[in-house]
Amino acid sequence: MALKALDIFKLTPKKNCKDCGFPTCMAFCMKVASGAVDVEKCPHMSDEALAKLSEATAPLMKTLKVGAGESEYTFGGETVLFRHEKTLVNKNRYAVEFCDCMNEEQVDAKIANMKLVDYIRIGEEMKVEIAAFKYTGNKEAYLNLVKKVKECGLDVAYILHCEDAAVAKEALEIVKDSKPMVFGATKDNYKEMIDVVKGDKLALGVKASSLEELYATTEAIHAAGYKELILDVTGESIKETYTNAVQVRRIALKEQDRTFGYPSIVFANKLSDNNPMMEVALSSVFTVKYGSIIVIDDIDYAKALPLFALRQNIYTDPQRPMRVEPKIYPINNPDENSPVLVTVDFALTYFIVSGDIERSKVPVWLVIPDAGGYSVLTAWAAGKFGGNSISQFIKESKVEEVTNNRDIIIPGKVAVLKGDIEENLPGWNVIIGTEESMEIPKFLKDYKAKKDEALANA
Amino acid sequence: MAFKQSVQKYSGKISEVELGTGEKAIKLGGEHVLPFYSFDGDTGNKPSIGVEILDIYPDSWIESYQEMYKEVANDTVEWAKYVESNSGADFICLKFDGADPNGLDKSPEECAEVAKKVAESVSLPLVISGTGNHDKDAKLFEKVAEALDGYNTLMMSAVEDNYKAVGASAGMAYNQKVGAESSVDINLAKQMNVLLTQLGVKGEKIVMNIGCSAVGYGYEYVASTMDRIRLAAFGQNDKSLQMPIITPVAFEIGHVKEAIAPVDDEPTWGCPEKRTIAMEVSTAASCLVGGSNAVILRHPESIKTIKELVSALV
Ligand code: B12
Ligand code: SF4
Repeated sequence: MALKALDIFKLTPKKNCKDCGFPTCMAFCMKVASGAVDVEKCPHMSDEALAKLSEATAPLMKTLKVGAGESEYTFGGETVLFRHEKTLVNKNRYAVEFCDCMNEEQVDAKIANMKLVDYIRIGEEMKVEIAAFKYTGNKEAYLNLVKKVKECGLDVAYILHCEDAAVAKEALEIVKDSKPMVFGATKDNYKEMIDVVKGDKLALGVKASSLEELYATTEAIHAAGYKELILDVTGESIKETYTNAVQVRRIALKEQDRTFGYPSIVFANKLSDNNPMMEVALSSVFTVKYGSIIVIDDIDYAKALPLFALRQNIYTDPQRPMRVEPKIYPINNPDENSPVLVTVDFALTYFIVSGDIERSKVPVWLVIPDAGGYSVLTAWAAGKFGGNSISQFIKESKVEEVTNNRDIIIPGKVAVLKGDIEENLPGWNVIIGTEESMEIPKFLKDYKAKKDEALANA
Repeated sequence: MAFKQSVQKYSGKISEVELGTGEKAIKLGGEHVLPFYSFDGDTGNKPSIGVEILDIYPDSWIESYQEMYKEVANDTVEWAKYVESNSGADFICLKFDGADPNGLDKSPEECAEVAKKVAESVSLPLVISGTGNHDKDAKLFEKVAEALDGYNTLMMSAVEDNYKAVGASAGMAYNQKVGAESSVDINLAKQMNVLLTQLGVKGEKIVMNIGCSAVGYGYEYVASTMDRIRLAAFGQNDKSLQMPIITPVAFEIGHVKEAIAPVDDEPTWGCPEKRTIAMEVSTAASCLVGGSNAVILRHPESIKTIKELVSALV
């Protein structure tokens, strides 16, 4: 990773033959060190040197996949500890845990909840992505459970949480095609567990009673030749778990020790003591700090709405604010009688507002000027969403040609712009909308009712 | 290789700010390390959790939240006493929505009287929040700070437009603590602290409100701003950013759809009370691991959960 040009140079044949396309070996090595060129471009590197280099230039945190098809999820591959340094790349996923100790109704209830909580937020599907199966000793019940969930119509990835390699193997037969993660390698059983997963190169979850033991076990697994790992950072207490989560990520990325260069799994359910709100608190903590898979007991909207929203925020690209194109967006099939609504080009705002307009079923022309990709108040405070720019855009967009309605509804948060816009747009009638988009459906329905009534009376 | 903990030593430290008096007084800040990073060093004072009350009946809150306080919410003093004995909070945030010029426009004198009565009736530390109208707040804080002289309260917030007035009255004349508010940007946060200290308010009297949003509503900016502020305070020993952070989570949750949309609008989402609590809890937990030394919440259950979380993490 942090290999310097000089270190790479030492491994080249130092022939300066230019076959790589660079004038000297050193020039070539500088490019390789910066990541701009692949070291294989030099045809004269010895195999030994190449092996050394690929070891040293391999990412500090491994990227691996769990699941198959629509439910294939990628974990790890992070390069920074803080999101402002560079984008976080592979978002954490939430798993709901089942167990062979549960009765039919309990299993059915969880499946139903997982099916119910499935929605779109800002263009992204939000749902629990993983079902985890915990084995507590009843093999037959366990295998039936895996079968049942597999056949219930949920599209999810699986975790077989089972320290008994023989049982894990049988369970794996059922869901092999779904490329599940197998969880439960310990210092005592890791050899058998590797045998279960290695044929399909499945992700293997490693657990231990302390960070030291986790480290030693991971080393032993490395020595046995397996490197598709996910590390359980869950400790006895919340504090220990937080420490483990931070330490594992930091040892990998800052201390550059690949022994811990793996995604993590956190059993928030185990730490929450049947308190759903504590589960929300812990899941939030580990979404912010270094959890890759977060296991919870069950899902409902109260849990999902904040957790998926938080995750969506934490994993957006800080270098690239999400924007939508400034233009006229027709919503609910507007016509020449439909009013004009105005908002900003910040993707979050657009998706929330357009969603609520759709819910109202009232046809409108939604006009979005260039507001720098900011929220309503941010854009206004930054001088990018004012009376002038809105009026200008209304003219340029030629919305006047698609509707004869001269009502323009502005966000309630920028009510102060009313006068300005009216001054700049003679003939238009500025209506102050609601402060929150949530109130738009009622607002638009009332608006439409009034309009229709006026028309009928006219 | 042998296992070795990764330890990060920093030179910087967050200042320690005391609020309130007597047994119930609280201290914010004092840590040398990122939130709850006890493996790196001293985590300072345990973060504090506040409960929000208003000087008027909370008409704008969701029904179940009104219901919870309906016996007491018409009388601010009773409300304060009630939350003192029932919410489990470490401090009370009294927000003067009634002073809003676009609302009841109560006079600063009237508000000061209410604040004084509240301070006399409870022993929890007080945080005073204004209307968001900067001119009005300057006058409001001056009067309230005067009336609360000796109670060691926090006036939240001084902003660029009114920091001179707020700093001079709350921070200097009446010996209160001053909240330096900025909008989700490390440089703006720094600038507010610098302006206040240049005015003569001591660094140890300032608590920052670096801005907040509900999770899902631009929270990524809040998270990164907190990370950057804390890394600068510790790593670069930047004195102008070593103030504790207070985050009024409840102010943001109270209007987002995920929390408050009525069941009629979102039939599958379930009870708004539960959703609101979950949004408070998630946002508060995120802020606390981001760097907040105090958060302000509304529901006793959110407060209980977050207090448990904090106790488990320190
Ligand atoms: C994240 C954030 C930022 C991010 C930008 C994020 C972005 N892409 O917009 C950053 C950090 C870059 C930023 C910068 C600034 N910010 Co800023 N920021 C925020 C924050 C925390 C959240 C904004 C957000 O995402 N809201 C969510 C979106 C969905 O809300 P919205 O667009 O308003 O949409 C809602 C409603 O308006 C309504 N709606 C929208 N459109 C329509 C249309 C119709 C017809 C209707 C009826 C309704 C409707 O529906 C939506 C949901 O209800 C807020 C504080 C807060 N908690 O709200 C401050 C805030 C908006 N920022 C503020 C300020 C001052 C700034 C800066 C000017 C600071 C500065 N001096 O540099 C800069 C400006 C940018 C610049 N110069 O570069 C102030 C604005 C103060 C004011 N009242 O004018 C705020 C309120 C913070 C504060 N309390 O001081 N900010
Ligand atoms: S091809 Fe290899 S040996 Fe030849 S100049 Fe490039 S780096 Fe040096």
